[in-house]
Amino acid sequence: MIIDLEQFIANEQPYWDELQAMLTTLEQRTGHQLDLNAVKRFNYLYQRTASDLARISTFSAEPTTRRYLENLVARAYAEIHEARQVRSRFQFGLWALQTFPQTFRRHIRAFQMTVLMTMIGCAFGALVVATDAPAKGVILPFDHLHGSPSDRVADEESVTEDRMKGHRSEFSAQLMANNIRVSITALALGITWGLGTLVLLFYNGVILGAVALDYVLSGETVFLLGWLLPHGSIEIPAILLAGQAGLVLAHALIGFGSEHTLRERFRLVSPDLVTLIAGVAIMLVWAGLIEAFFSQYHEPFLPYSLKIAFGATELVLLCIYLVRVGRDDKGGARASAALGTAGATS
Amino acid sequence: MITDLRRRITIETPEGVSFTIYLAGPFTRFLAWLVDCLVLQAAAWFVLSIIGPSTMLFGNVSTALMILFYFASSFAYRIGMEWRFRGQTLGKRLLRLRVVDSSGLRLQLNQIVIRNLVRVVDAMPVFYFVGGLSMLINKRHQRLGDLAANCVVTCLPENGAPDFDQVLPGKYNSFRDYPHIEGRLRQQVSPQEADLLVQALLRRDGLDASKRVQLYRELADHFREKAAFPDGATAGITDEQYLRNVVDSVFRGRR
Repeated sequence: MIIDLEQFIANEQPYWDELQAMLTTLEQRTGHQLDLNAVKRFNYLYQRTASDLARISTFSAEPTTRRYLENLVARAYAEIHEARQVRSRFQFGLWALQTFPQTFRRHIRAFQMTVLMTMIGCAFGALVVATDAPAKGVILPFDHLHGSPSDRVADEESVTEDRMKGHRSEFSAQLMANNIRVSITALALGITWGLGTLVLLFYNGVILGAVALDYVLSGETVFLLGWLLPHGSIEIPAILLAGQAGLVLAHALIGFGSEHTLRERFRLVSPDLVTLIAGVAIMLVWAGLIEAFFSQYHEPFLPYSLKIAFGATELVLLCIYLVRVGRDDKGGARASAALGTAGATS
Repeated sequence: MITDLRRRITIETPEGVSFTIYLAGPFTRFLAWLVDCLVLQAAAWFVLSIIGPSTMLFGNVSTALMILFYFASSFAYRIGMEWRFRGQTLGKRLLRLRVVDSSGLRLQLNQIVIRNLVRVVDAMPVFYFVGGLSMLINKRHQRLGDLAANCVVTCLPENGAPDFDQVLPGKYNSFRDYPHIEGRLRQQVSPQEADLLVQALLRRDGLDASKRVQLYRELADHFREKAAFPDGATAGITDEQYLRNVVDSVFRGRR
């Protein structure tokens, strides 16, 4: 029981001030490490302030001091009881060679589901175009896809000057921003128990299937591959990976077959979600550059064979990267050794 | 152990001490969001004023940079600020709010990124309708991003320890000459009444003069009924001084 309040504060204030100063240092310098003596002192100050809080709480008539102490104890508690590791320095090489592909493989079921949903969308889009061609104008959001594919190909191949000249960077930036926004939405919609993510993937599939069959039926398959493959071989998997992240979030929310609580499940998947969406963003920056600076050029500027070969190579390399890189501990150890680090990060 | 109550969470540490996290309400958070929007607009205006003239020289590269800046800043500003300043953007700093882990642990970068990415769903369809609805329904006032990231937004107390000179008598307390009546007073005054009294004195300067006189008179009358001191102890002292003496007797005397 308290105590002479004035005397109590006079005695304890120096300790509170010292704890406050240590907390401010820790909070302002991310990654700042205390030495052993400082850790001991910090723990002592935390224990003492917690004890002061317990003492003052028994006398509930002084809310201002209690809130002040609660704030101090809460901040110190966060520092002392945080057991999750914080890496002091992010290493891109380690992340790219291990963390990202490993994370992708860890949630392969979710990826398979995104592929399945997109394929269903593709089939639906193709069916619509095959059975009701005028409906193309309703399901395709871009005006330049509403006309005849053959007319468009003839138009693209007849140009003698660079249509993209003076607009490439701007177009590329717009593509990057738009695609990354769509990917973030695909991830975020996972919070709707995955329904929003699945709808978005289905709709993307509808557009893809409708466009693809439209061009195939018009005999423009080579143009289609030359146009879509260079950027699509990265962009489409990127959207699928974003959908994968959305479904991982949805699985954490639903918790089917998990023994963890909702908060634990969210806590467990959060590093994987950030890893996946970061990888997606990088992929989409690359796809945006390729689409603006390469995909929009057709014969006679660029031979379709070259564009198709480029796109196919990208796709094969991406598959190898996602399936093989960082696959075993030896590989991980080699990558760690090569980067001068130790241990896996995922 | 974590106990959820409306507008606050009480966490019991392994040392057996409980502390309370006070949660921010939707309106305060809306104001902080508004400030952040203004900051982002100001930053966009600043960047535009720098990059804008360069479009004459660099053409679409400058336009591309502006597009990317507009897009990236909306995410990067909040993620960067909350990471650098431990859960605070400029708006939250101004409104004395902070994002914290819902278990009272240190906020992780992953949590900050997720709560800001899921913001796109919270903002649907317009003006954070989904997020606002979630905050109104949820006991912890969490929007969907907070739920996914295991975060809550808290109100921070004023900096520093309170000023006790505002409360304690500052001059001789005539009640001390009557320790037996002081004892009865301490017995009669509940913690809630003492709390009310301290708050009334701490907020002295914020009260309108006539209202303050009236409030202190009513409070003094209330506490006079608790324990009647002889005229010798109360003669010539104002209601305010009477209340300060009561605080001094109640607080100083508890051992």
